[in-house]
Amino acid sequence: MWLKLLVYQAVVPYLANVFRDLKGIEMQTPLLEKLSILADSAKYDVSCSSSGGKRKNEGKGLGNAEGMGICHSYTEDGRCVSLLKILLTNFCIFDCAYCVSRKSNDVKRAAFTVQEVVDLTINFYRRNYIEGLFLSSGIFKNADYTMERLVRVAKKLRQEHKFNGYIHLKTIPGASEELVKEAGLYADRLSVNIELPTEESLQALAPEKNFKEVLTPMGHIKDQLVLVKEEKKLFKSTPSFAPAGQSTQLIVGATAESDRQILTLADGLYQNFQLKRVYYSGYVPVVTDSRLPIISTPPIIRENRLYQADWLVRLYGFGVNELLDEQNPQLDLQIDPKLAWALRNRHVFPLEINTADYEMILRVPGVGIKSAKKIVSARRFAPLTWEHLRQIGVVLKRAKYFITCGGRSLETREWDEEAIRRKIIFGEKGSRASLWGSQLDLFQQAS
Amino acid sequence: MYFYSYDGSFDGLLTVVFEAFERKAWPTQIGKEGEAPPGIFATHHFVPTQEDKANRVWDGLGKKLSAAARENVYKAFLWEQPGFEMLIFQFVRLVFTSAQQGVEENFTQPCVQKMAAVGKQMFREKHRMEAFVRFQRSQDGLYVAPINPDFNVLPLVVPHFEKRYADQHWLIYDVRRQYGAYYDLEQVHLITLEEAPPSLRKGQLSPDILTAVEPLYQQLWQAYFDHVNIPERKNPKLHLRHLPKRYWKYLTEKKPRIQAHQPIQNKQVPTAVPRLKA
Repeated sequence: MWLKLLVYQAVVPYLANVFRDLKGIEMQTPLLEKLSILADSAKYDVSCSSSGGKRKNEGKGLGNAEGMGICHSYTEDGRCVSLLKILLTNFCIFDCAYCVSRKSNDVKRAAFTVQEVVDLTINFYRRNYIEGLFLSSGIFKNADYTMERLVRVAKKLRQEHKFNGYIHLKTIPGASEELVKEAGLYADRLSVNIELPTEESLQALAPEKNFKEVLTPMGHIKDQLVLVKEEKKLFKSTPSFAPAGQSTQLIVGATAESDRQILTLADGLYQNFQLKRVYYSGYVPVVTDSRLPIISTPPIIRENRLYQADWLVRLYGFGVNELLDEQNPQLDLQIDPKLAWALRNRHVFPLEINTADYEMILRVPGVGIKSAKKIVSARRFAPLTWEHLRQIGVVLKRAKYFITCGGRSLETREWDEEAIRRKIIFGEKGSRASLWGSQLDLFQQAS
Repeated sequence: MYFYSYDGSFDGLLTVVFEAFERKAWPTQIGKEGEAPPGIFATHHFVPTQEDKANRVWDGLGKKLSAAARENVYKAFLWEQPGFEMLIFQFVRLVFTSAQQGVEENFTQPCVQKMAAVGKQMFREKHRMEAFVRFQRSQDGLYVAPINPDFNVLPLVVPHFEKRYADQHWLIYDVRRQYGAYYDLEQVHLITLEEAPPSLRKGQLSPDILTAVEPLYQQLWQAYFDHVNIPERKNPKLHLRHLPKRYWKYLTEKKPRIQAHQPIQNKQVPTAVPRLKA
């Protein structure tokens, strides 16, 4: 195996040291340091979902991955820690501008052995630290070589250790269909990162990657998911294939695309590739590169608005074109996308909460899926009052401008769009606060 | 005014409900044996637990409620907050006196709302314990986790851990309520330690009890926790909302560092390395 690597050195001379040392590093670097390096470089992959699995613990093995995921901890930035999320190695032959592990970055490198990842996973799992493993990798040698090792980890966990916990494997762009198929036998979820919202951006920032190499394995996964689902109807014994489906991630704010472009892409991916989730990762400047924007803080609010819009499209029955259009290609950063839609569509409101359809109640700002369901079931027993709505969990601060209850409104006068927006952002006694806010804006413009 | 007392068991409380219906004497308060009656004018009944009567109430609830809604009645019992007995009584009375089906969804009734809210609180605490239990491996191969939940959720989390850790011995011990669930590869036993080691209460078992590699794995987990954090996105408010301080004592990753965190440096592209053209 190492002989082949030596041949490869001739092609990429400055990786020579890297590969000569690869085996040595696997052995020498203490486990603690390896884990530090390889967790640090995996953390920009935002998914940490462990839900949607169907793996039961039959025959007294170790672990299960059924139904709802569990966040075992939360980082200081408030993100869920559900899985042991690591790279197999951060050695990489690619030089993607946004990536901390790009080959031209002078970062400490390390590589786990297959057995080390297996041991860490099992020992963390037994202590109830994690729901399972999320394994990704820098690309060493080529796509299939890397993919094969990822698959080997998963296979070993499943077959030798009877491990039924959650496994999420990153599919390396350009990996062969056979390996993707095998990965799906052991993994609960597979994901291929689309990385950036357009092919042009990908070309500019990650010249070694292209959409085709991403979409091809995504297509293989989808086909296999559909096929296995069909076969399962006929033969219950058909082996599962990635029962928690596939997902992808793209970086937001490193390139100039609008929210409309991003959500249109996501919507297309949901429909054409049956993705479970599209993850939006606000760009964190980890490397300096003239092709990248200079920002002081990651676009966290924008990222949050994109997730809100994504949920509205997937679960609330909104179309992307209702939330964004040519005139409004960006989501409003001050207010959530549902409120923004409601303010633009005042002709739909007010809704009478005791008679309106469930689908319409879902569209009221301040009403979530659970509240909407409770409203519909509770009003069968008695006409609902404002107090009932409050107890059910409706956020009246936002909802009150859009609903009536028993024909009555909580507001004694009609407010225009601007006034409602102001009141919701700055509170009831909003005029002064809003003045203060606009002054702040002036300061910001001046500085 | 009627004050009913019972032995503190769930079956006992259900027997009280049965007796109250039989006597048509609705309680103004229900309390554990030995609790003082609410006032000198209250008629006091002590109700001894009778399993058959408790079962009749439980089965009756099964006919009128969904499985989840009936489970909520038990959760309200484990909730243990002041007034939980009367809440259960009011809810059960509403269920038995209501002609309509699906009364559990009648959120216009305050006790239905309250039961749903309690159910939610209990679910959240149960879910937190499923997440925040941290096992430490002892020398004899027992995985031990001290817990101190806000509500008495240990009985609710047992099935989860039984399914998940079917091939290891484990003990989850509620240090405040002083009882635990011990799994011996066959089944779970509820136990009380006669002499709980003081280090159990403190959340960190002493090294002489632990297996040799245990500190290493605790250290690895701490290092992992430190390195998955993205400092540029620091958000202490959100962190605290998800991970309230009262749980920290039992969380390996929030305990004092075995080895200080050293951030990985090197984020600039060094000039010596050739760069690809844009």
